[in-house]
Amino acid sequence: MEKRATFSNRYLPYALLAPQILVTLIFFYWPAAQAIRQSFMLEDAFGLSSDFVWFENYVALFKDPSYYQTLWTTFVFSGSVAFLSLSVALLLAVMADAEIRGATAYRTFLIWPYAVAPAVAGVLWIFMLDPSLGMVARGLKSLGLDWNPRLNGTHALTQVVLASAWKQISYNFLFFLAGLQAIPRSVIEAAAIDGARAWRRFWTITLPLLSPTTFFLLVVNIVYAFFDTFGTIDTMTQGGPAKATETLVYKVYSDGRLGGDLGGSAAQSVILMIIVIGLTAVQFRFVERRVTY
Amino acid sequence: MASVTLSAVSKIYHGGVEAVRGVSFEVPDGSFCVLVGPSGCGKSTLLRMIAGLETITGGTVRIGERVVNDIEPADRDIAMVFQNYALYPHMSVYDNMAYGLRNRGTPKAEIEARVAEAARILAIEPFLDRRPRQLSGGQRQRVAMGRAIVRKPQVFLFDEPLSNLDAKLRVQMRVEIKRLQRSLGVTSVYVTHDQVEAMTLSDVLVVMNAGQVEQIGRPIDLYRKPATRFVAGFLGSPAMNFLPGTVVDARTVSIGGGTLRVAPGTGTAGPGTTVEVGIRPEDLRIAAPGEGLRVAVEFIEELGATQLVHGRLGDAPLTIQVATGEAPSGDAFEIAASPEALHLFDPATTARL
Repeated sequence: MEKRATFSNRYLPYALLAPQILVTLIFFYWPAAQAIRQSFMLEDAFGLSSDFVWFENYVALFKDPSYYQTLWTTFVFSGSVAFLSLSVALLLAVMADAEIRGATAYRTFLIWPYAVAPAVAGVLWIFMLDPSLGMVARGLKSLGLDWNPRLNGTHALTQVVLASAWKQISYNFLFFLAGLQAIPRSVIEAAAIDGARAWRRFWTITLPLLSPTTFFLLVVNIVYAFFDTFGTIDTMTQGGPAKATETLVYKVYSDGRLGGDLGGSAAQSVILMIIVIGLTAVQFRFVERRVTY
Repeated sequence: MASVTLSAVSKIYHGGVEAVRGVSFEVPDGSFCVLVGPSGCGKSTLLRMIAGLETITGGTVRIGERVVNDIEPADRDIAMVFQNYALYPHMSVYDNMAYGLRNRGTPKAEIEARVAEAARILAIEPFLDRRPRQLSGGQRQRVAMGRAIVRKPQVFLFDEPLSNLDAKLRVQMRVEIKRLQRSLGVTSVYVTHDQVEAMTLSDVLVVMNAGQVEQIGRPIDLYRKPATRFVAGFLGSPAMNFLPGTVVDARTVSIGGGTLRVAPGTGTAGPGTTVEVGIRPEDLRIAAPGEGLRVAVEFIEELGATQLVHGRLGDAPLTIQVATGEAPSGDAFEIAASPEALHLFDPATTARL
């Protein structure tokens, strides 16, 4: 049966909802509407006037090979960040799930990176990977690798992937650990008696039972890599060299804010908005309904 | 098939808690051994050591001729039924049963044949495509049994497999487990805290208390001649009565002002020694006035076929089981017991005299 709250005054529920609705309207719907309006406009070079140009901004965007390049970079970047942070977090969670001494301290330390701001995370990794400052960079050079993320696009992308993935590991770790601890111990023991060794148990029992968690985290990580890595990229590479680390979100910023192409930037924002809506729909449809056994 | 032999097995956890202390016994090939005791007595720990789920701190466990202390559970050739069934929730009933065979590289045709046979024996054929969560408790229990029997292991281990079932189903499954074990002839070790399960299922009964074995033997022997006061009180329902008594001579003890005869051959002590006298409620009978011990009636429980009369003999509480209709009507009556029904225990050591 549906539960209904009853109010004595018919306007009270609206009054109670008003603050939340106001916040959403002002900080989400209004900017979103602005972006959509802006994406149909073209500014003159001095920003003094703007014309309504219908879909010209979108057409220009889809004719621009650099947009596809950025799209591809974003996929590679997000895929790598998600894969790296998920797999490392899973490994750490499996370790933490075992009965070890000092497990509580171990878990607490693993959670800390989540509290680090993206820009700070970027700076932290610069100190390690910068070709002239970084200790790791020096080590790589001494191994004969010409490590130079300032000039080499692949190196630069590797660098931002590492920093971004590192920051997300804590979050994934927490969820994986909770997921692992929800698996009944006796099921794992039954598998051990059924002749499955540790590795096989992991693949045939633990991983399938973790799949709801993994799927949820996959969506969350892709959203993170798409939208929340701006600070990290900005501090580390500013999208360079030669746009090798420019993701869709970074391109919105660089085209609009630095390039002054407000219309084109708004059009990109609208496309990003559609991607977010898509990902959220996936999340609601599959994750909120939870795959249960 | 194989026997299971435990020699001086002990388990000490980190922090020094002794869960099991120097337990030794043998389960002969093909027999059904039940470990029974109150919770925390170490029976489950002992079973898990046989399974390889707990490390063995001291002593050796043998399955057949092989010492298995350092052998992984996977290689011990055992199957285990867990209290919560521990079915793989993401697999169908068929896959649950086939899993152990697949892990051992059994040919597909043989897996199919064995699962089909187990499903037929346990009457779970209609559920083979279902997931465990779509099954009732009793059906899950059968699947857990099926998973154990398809493997044709040397030893079955049961960890309180019936405690999650309701009373009626528990009795039914108990009978089925016994029948199955008889027909398959697989050596079994079964842990329970339920003394009825223990008595009915076991060929060899091991009563444990505080990490140690109190007594081992055929269930009827333990029932008739409990070696300690603990075993005497644990087996049998309703539980045995214990009355403080004093030895008068080799054939007589005095209890609460009266005396009872002790059968020849019953252990006893020198005249004047204080003893605990154990008498089962079903061994007490109502005596004619002036011939027995006087009991004050407190209340009567009706069990249908029998009645339990709860009363007091002096200060000691006492229960008497009589056939329905035989309970005395007054608020006091007298009781007597045949000499063979008396068990005497040393109050200090709790051992049988």
